[in-house]
Amino acid sequence: MGFLSYMGQLAFLLRDLITAFQSGVWRLKLVAHEIVAIGFGSQAVVIVTGAFTGAVFTFQTYAKFKDFGVESTVGAIVSVALCRELGPVLAGLMVSGRVGAAMAADIGTMKVTEQVDALRVMGVHPVDYLVLPRFIAMMVSMPLLVAESIAFGLLASYVVAVHGYGVPEAWFLAHMREHTNMLDVGIGMIKGFVFGVIITIVACHQGLRAENGAVGVGVGTTRAVVISSLAMLICNFFLSILLNYLSPLGTGM
Amino acid sequence: MSADKTAPFIQIRNLKKRFGNQQVLSGINLDIRKGETLLIIGPSGEGKTVLIKHVIGLLRPDEGSVVVDGVEVNKLKERDLAPVRKRVSMLFQGGALFDSLTVEQNTAFPLIEAGVRDSAEITLRVREALEAVDLYEHKHKLPVNLSGGMRKRAGIARAIVGRTQCILYDEPNSGLDPIVADVIDRMILRMQKRYGVTSLVVTHDMGSVFKISDRVAFLKRGVIHFLGTPAELKASTDPEVRDFIEGRSGITS
Ligand SMILES: Nc1ncnc2c1ncn2[C@@H]1O[C@H](COP(=O)(O)OP(=O)(O)OP(=O)(O)O)[C@@H](O)[C@H]1O
Ligand SMILES: [Mg+2]
Repeated sequence: MGFLSYMGQLAFLLRDLITAFQSGVWRLKLVAHEIVAIGFGSQAVVIVTGAFTGAVFTFQTYAKFKDFGVESTVGAIVSVALCRELGPVLAGLMVSGRVGAAMAADIGTMKVTEQVDALRVMGVHPVDYLVLPRFIAMMVSMPLLVAESIAFGLLASYVVAVHGYGVPEAWFLAHMREHTNMLDVGIGMIKGFVFGVIITIVACHQGLRAENGAVGVGVGTTRAVVISSLAMLICNFFLSILLNYLSPLGTGM
Repeated sequence: MSADKTAPFIQIRNLKKRFGNQQVLSGINLDIRKGETLLIIGPSGEGKTVLIKHVIGLLRPDEGSVVVDGVEVNKLKERDLAPVRKRVSMLFQGGALFDSLTVEQNTAFPLIEAGVRDSAEITLRVREALEAVDLYEHKHKLPVNLSGGMRKRAGIARAIVGRTQCILYDEPNSGLDPIVADVIDRMILRMQKRYGVTSLVVTHDMGSVFKISDRVAFLKRGVIHFLGTPAELKASTDPEVRDFIEGRSGITS
């Protein structure tokens, strides 16, 4: 029951958000501000995440692949994994911790200090003013952040394999190119987009319903991160099934 | 409706509201006429703030109705309330300033949201409002850096800047020194004279009751216990009213 009513509340928020989106009043100044805070500000986090994931993944697969004598194909497996799964998921988790928490805390504080009511009194719907700009900013930023994370992961993989283990550069790149294409990166970006939607809706919902002062804001912030992270992981599984069905693995161009 | 000068601007009928097992409002009936200044007095924690939040649709009544300028606000959905809210503004007891905006930006907010685009006009009207509350030299400060009284005055500036037809003040001069309190009282009078503003003022300051009010309502135990002119209030023989205006607690030491 609790779960159903929670989903209902998220659905109402989503509906309000769509109404706000369709109204055409997008407050581009706020959107720009949020893009700087969310997208630009999260770059370091996702770059480090992507790079070290790529590096450690290469390190481990290389050891095993060497037993089979196929160490030059490390690039292929790493790039598929990064593009389709690790890149979007890890970037999503990091952004949920960084951005989702901030959204829930910011909006929650405004709620408990009556600033949200002040908006309402001035005839400004809180979803229009607080949620929509963050939502648009996330839709723009998340796919790019995921792409960035993937790019740095691949770069780190290249460095570890070619310069660390001495895999011939030409082979590494050839296998990587043979087994991945823009579609894989596209899948990563689509996932990033969906995760962005999940993070924004969950975090803003927790913020808007915050109650009981500072304690309530703290509880809401924690929940925003936990719920959006779990929801992302679960969604990712089903999204993978769907996307792999639409574009099967292993058919390099 | 608006054509009839004597028609009440706000009409409250049998308003009831309960929180948990506490019956806060138990049948309020009150008319506020167009252009009058009505003061609400009453003991702390008796529901004055709850009452004015009903007028602007921030709270929904359990029973009864609130009609503002011919519109029944308790029947409207959040988005449909916007047109009414453009005609009524409110000062929150705690100020409810946006902490990410400076005093000047806070004051300009209702104008920008009401669709004023001419920046010269905005500057002029913001300056006028801030000068009326004696805060112009602090316009670049953020709310966190203001004193309690300054915060209240900034809230007042934000409430008056839009020159709405009706302004609800929740304790405009609590926490202010006697001189500034007088400045605020005169400003409320001036708004009434110059722009024909209807004002609903919640206050604990008996001085301003006799200075600015056309009528006074005394709220106790969830109902309007007394309603009349300041002169009638002074002449009232009701023991509870007398105790309140003379400030007697009944405790002897
Ligand atoms: N959201 C709420 N949930 C539960 N109780 C509430 C809520 N809002 C107000 N109350 C209760 O309603 C009563 C009236 O509160 P209100 O803020 O209207 O008092 P007030 O008359 O404005 O007092 P003061 O003069 O001190 O500002 C209080 O007992 C308060 O605890
Ligand atoms: Mg109050």
